[in-house]
Amino acid sequence: MHVIVVGLSHKTAPVEIREKLAVPESRLREALSRLCTYPGVREGLLLSTCNRVEVYAVVEDLESGYGRVQEFLADTHLSLSSEHLTPHLYWHAGDRAISHLFRVASSLDSMIVGESQILGQIKDAFEVALTHKASGLLLNKIVKKAISVAKRVRTETKIAETAVSISYAAVELAKKIFSNLTEKTVLLIGAGEMAKLAARHLIANGVHQVRITTRNFQHGLELAQKFNGTAVPFEEYKTELAGADIVLVSTGASHYLVTADDVQRAMRQRMNRPMFLIDISVPRNIDPAVRPIDDAFLFDIDDLHMRVEQNREDRLREATKAEQMVVEEVAVLGQWLQSLEVTPTIVALRGRTEDIKRREVDKVLARLAHLSPEDRAAVEALASAIVNKMVHGTMVTLKAEATSSSGAAYVDAARRFFSLEDTPAPYPPAQTGAQDMPQESNDGNGANRFSGASLVQHTTKEQSRRVS
Amino acid sequence: MSSVFFMLTMGLYFVSTVCYLAYLLRRAETLSKVSLGITAAGFATHTVALVARMADSSQAQLPTFHEALSFFSWMLILVFLAVEFRRQLHVLGSFIVPLALVSLVTAAAFRSDGASSLQPVFKTLWVHVTLSMLGTVGFAVAFVAGVMYLIQDGLLKSKRFNVLYAKLPALDYLDHLNQQSIVMGFPLLTLGIISGAFSAEIVRGTYVNWNPEQTWAMVTWGFYFAVLVGRLTIGWRAKRAAYLTIIGFAGVILTLIGVVLKSHGSVS
Repeated sequence: MHVIVVGLSHKTAPVEIREKLAVPESRLREALSRLCTYPGVREGLLLSTCNRVEVYAVVEDLESGYGRVQEFLADTHLSLSSEHLTPHLYWHAGDRAISHLFRVASSLDSMIVGESQILGQIKDAFEVALTHKASGLLLNKIVKKAISVAKRVRTETKIAETAVSISYAAVELAKKIFSNLTEKTVLLIGAGEMAKLAARHLIANGVHQVRITTRNFQHGLELAQKFNGTAVPFEEYKTELAGADIVLVSTGASHYLVTADDVQRAMRQRMNRPMFLIDISVPRNIDPAVRPIDDAFLFDIDDLHMRVEQNREDRLREATKAEQMVVEEVAVLGQWLQSLEVTPTIVALRGRTEDIKRREVDKVLARLAHLSPEDRAAVEALASAIVNKMVHGTMVTLKAEATSSSGAAYVDAARRFFSLEDTPAPYPPAQTGAQDMPQESNDGNGANRFSGASLVQHTTKEQSRRVS
Repeated sequence: MSSVFFMLTMGLYFVSTVCYLAYLLRRAETLSKVSLGITAAGFATHTVALVARMADSSQAQLPTFHEALSFFSWMLILVFLAVEFRRQLHVLGSFIVPLALVSLVTAAAFRSDGASSLQPVFKTLWVHVTLSMLGTVGFAVAFVAGVMYLIQDGLLKSKRFNVLYAKLPALDYLDHLNQQSIVMGFPLLTLGIISGAFSAEIVRGTYVNWNPEQTWAMVTWGFYFAVLVGRLTIGWRAKRAAYLTIIGFAGVILTLIGVVLKSHGSVS
């Protein structure tokens, strides 16, 4: 059984391909059930966002599994063929697939590293897979873990703390001047797109009072309605300055609308209450001579850009910490997956029963010192017979179900019934070798096929490409 | 016993000062928790040291410069812990704890020197010293808020968004802290001065004799009065208030030095 992911993202495919492949929410259900009808596909989860389309699946056989999932992806859109898709796809299996999901969930693979939307999208995709029973024991565990890893990354690193857009940067700066934005008044002079966006973010952060002035008063009125604010005639913008804590300027004017004198006058009227001026216009509309005025803080578009750039660097620094966490968590999950292997479980089960038998027999024989060697042998034989008969059914079932869809569930149950959780799954040397040398799988001897293979093997992209 | 705890406190404040200063430069937040723990431990031992000292000197009935400074340092930490628990303003520790350490080290310098104690008077002197010191704590916090304000103001003006920028709170919060501290400190200092005048009357039969430290104390009082009134009437807030409170605190320190230098002579 193999955990795999096949998909494409903003890193590998242009939007023309992504939009074709994207599965709208209304068709998610149908797509999932189609995925599960492919032979050899045991579990499936479909993640479709504007930046990525990925299929996570548990398949019986690695090579054919990759093929099936790719086929499924090509089938989602009439104009797409498998060859068409191949150059844009990535394939990962085992640890790499899990690590990929963890990175995606933690927003390490996002266009804007640290954005929070993706986690919600994964939760939704999982929800759909759960309700349609497309996701089973393995994917459930893996996706739940991915969600918890993402939460850990968010709380333990500062990856999502900083602003990475101009309009957010304006809010962030405002919060370093005013601790509480609810009592503050924003004055919008002109209404460029970016200024509107910034105003919206400020309102989302608690600003109540919005005053808007544009050259076209009618336009101002419409905007005022949208922002729940007040429109003021353009001629009065200078007198409005004194009442504004945050001034957002973005007009098409080619000269300075707000001069140092204007601000100085406003500051006197404000009795030196700090004022935050944001100039998003190019050419600039606020005279840079405003900068040295005490308690007036002027930021132009370049300042905001610089802040965003810095934040981006900060995020990348935090991202390296997050990557380390992902590595740790993949290792933890890898251990669990390894324990679901049939052979090591049978070995562990045998070891455990043998151990119990040994101890009990020794205890009894120590008390029955008078027994003859034949009698002692008989006691031992009795114990062995009981133990073997007791676990015989379990062993047979495990072996028989090894290749069935519920194999992993049986293994998991057996490990719990016989308290094998704490016993590390010992790896037969031959298989460990196969795991370390992935090229063997290409010899066609099936060394990496389910019965002898590990769920957590590393399959490189190049290798899987050859396969598909 | 008090001296053992006193030394222990000094050690703990020293370590937490180092931690808090390192915290200023480091991105990680974990250091603030360590520093806070050490500060809290120091505060506990400090409390024990103060209580033990009071028990020791209860018969003597005279407040010494050592006690006044130690009490000042203890109050500073108390105020810091209160703000920290309400606002989680870790960075405040990086400014207040060093100040508390300096005051404690100064206190240590006056410890064994019996002659440096203020002249014995009556219980009013205790009241005078306690109230004046509480007022001074207010001004010290205002001073710290002022320093933090000027740093954050400078960082914003020069667009240097470094670690310190990230850790310092919003400007208007610092201005608010500055105002609150003076609003609390000023009446306490006023009462301190009045009780000082009463002590002087009891000892010397005159309320005020305009010796240099009394004059300085009155100047300081007048200065803070102006700062308070100026804020309310003509907008002495924000950056201006930050500068004024830093200057004012310098005046307070000078008054205290005057008290120490004159302590062999008359009562302040």
